[in-house]
Amino acid sequence: MALPTLAVHKFASCDGCQLSLLDLEDELLAVAGVVQIANFMEASREVLPPPYDVTLIEGSVTTAHDAERIKQIREETGVLITIGACATAGGIQALRNWKDVDDFTRYVYAHPAYIDTLQMSTPISDHVAVDFELRGCPVSKYQLLEVLVAFLQGRRPNIPTYSVCVECKLKGNPCVMVAQGTPCLGPVTQAGCNALCPTYDRGCFGCFGPMESPNTGSLADRWKEMGASERDLVDAFRSFNAWSDAFREESDRQQASIEIGGVR
Amino acid sequence: MSEPLVIDREGVDALIEALIDRGYEVVGPTVRGQTILYDTITSTGDLPVGLRDRQEAGTYRLEERGDDALFGYVVGPQSFKKYLTPPGTVFWKGLRTEDGFETVEAAAPPRYAFFGARPCEVAAMRIQDDVYLPVADGVYTERRERSFTVAVNCTEPAATCFCASLGTGPAVSVGYDIALTEVLSGEHHFFLAEAGTDIGEEVLSDLSARPAHDEEVVGARRLVVHASDHMGRTLDTDGLKELLSANLTNSIWDEIGSRCLTCTNCTMVCPTCFCSTVEDRQALDGSSAERVRTWDSCFTLDFSYIHGGPVRSSPGARYRQWITHKLSTWHDQFGSSGCVGCGRCITWCPVGIDITKEAAAVRERDIRRVAVGIPSVREVLE
Repeated sequence: MALPTLAVHKFASCDGCQLSLLDLEDELLAVAGVVQIANFMEASREVLPPPYDVTLIEGSVTTAHDAERIKQIREETGVLITIGACATAGGIQALRNWKDVDDFTRYVYAHPAYIDTLQMSTPISDHVAVDFELRGCPVSKYQLLEVLVAFLQGRRPNIPTYSVCVECKLKGNPCVMVAQGTPCLGPVTQAGCNALCPTYDRGCFGCFGPMESPNTGSLADRWKEMGASERDLVDAFRSFNAWSDAFREESDRQQASIEIGGVR
Repeated sequence: MSEPLVIDREGVDALIEALIDRGYEVVGPTVRGQTILYDTITSTGDLPVGLRDRQEAGTYRLEERGDDALFGYVVGPQSFKKYLTPPGTVFWKGLRTEDGFETVEAAAPPRYAFFGARPCEVAAMRIQDDVYLPVADGVYTERRERSFTVAVNCTEPAATCFCASLGTGPAVSVGYDIALTEVLSGEHHFFLAEAGTDIGEEVLSDLSARPAHDEEVVGARRLVVHASDHMGRTLDTDGLKELLSANLTNSIWDEIGSRCLTCTNCTMVCPTCFCSTVEDRQALDGSSAERVRTWDSCFTLDFSYIHGGPVRSSPGARYRQWITHKLSTWHDQFGSSGCVGCGRCITWCPVGIDITKEAAAVRERDIRRVAVGIPSVREVLE
């Protein structure tokens, strides 16, 4: 029986999530044993023709060309899985969504006229139907493997949508907010990184985006009690997952509060 | 049981050694980073000597006491459920063979000596006994029945402690093999050691301890009584079970829900919360499979997910479920309160939601009373 085919495509992104697949190392050979890697430019120049059974998409849509390309890819695949903060939330490049992108191109490029880009950076799900979104900046290689195994075995992936706090507690990490007064996004951020930053006494940066029921307002109030400013909160929520609904709305609330206050 | 004995710090070291000699893995309080956690200890040097834990809603800080107290703090974020129902326990593991599969037997868990267990902690283990032992839970039963408990009576409660309200402390009454009370006043620094079981007595007989004088016993008892009168918080348990079950539709739950992060911290640190989930994991090539149990929480959406969606979608509904189970329906289910008054859920809530305050707030706004216009005690006093 022919193996299921796997394709991996890149949109606007840093390649870090695709690398997570190559980073599987020990498991990579096992993956190669159960799927036919049919289109994965970062790993092999050999490209088999579509259609593909499973396609992984890294990156966000930032050009008109990509907005068309993703539609084509969607037509050519069975299961479409987006991986990483760019593909699932627009990525760090979605910071442009609050600004005029022409200003950036004028600052950055000697000949901005050559640049053809969209005003917004948007997640793949804004353009086509997505079967599963795997969060993270970058994604966890263990979660990536779990998603692949689950789809190949025809079951639901075990990807929890609860907070990073659960991972801290299962690992035995003391809470950095409570024990050290360090502001942390863990309570509103989805698990998946195995609480990487709090394990090393740092607050969570929110790389995996909003958890299932993020109470960003309550956490923001607590941050302020701990000494954070509204500016700090805008910066914290506007990072890799800035354009995710919950983080965007909270950062906009804090920004509006700054503007009403007329300070900073 | 036998008469109270007196030991010094060397005697406590000898006690730890005696337990190790008997094959126990001694686990107790020790400093990790800026927090007191439970881990393996081999001498009193591993204990948080001379430290105090300042606790308030949403904050925890260690500070120097300026003395050599071995037990001058209360409880940290962890409880002994870390050892009795460890997260990630493999229930079953199988390897594929040519004609089927073979199971892989798990190694036997260590025999734990829970050292420095506070009365609330001992009470929590007894409550978990009522949860796990009747259903013969293999993981818990094996670990619990082979364990040994060295309890330590509390003499200096934290601001978040309220065990006196629940009758679970500050003195340990049952469920221990050996109980210690630390006495530190001026020149005197000793430990009253009392056996609660035959094996506890046998271990104590190995130590070079002397019988306690009457005044030493009285002095130690006084410290514990003093602690009882100096609890940082109180929980009014009068009619509490009925109060909560009658207030399921109170609008207060949504107000608490507006502060609650649904992050699960309260349930993870609670020494009696026992909810778990089971996951099946397979190797990519299908050569092996395992079934794993790990901690779950009533604050996650998946926890109450049934056909069509989660039963408790709002944060308020999840907080109500937790506090009502803990303080009300636990009585129906297990014949006791599910709360031991350790205060962990108060300290370790990142936004400082306080179970004693919220229970009092429900009492203040009891819909049974409000509906017929009867004022609350506070309203009358004002």
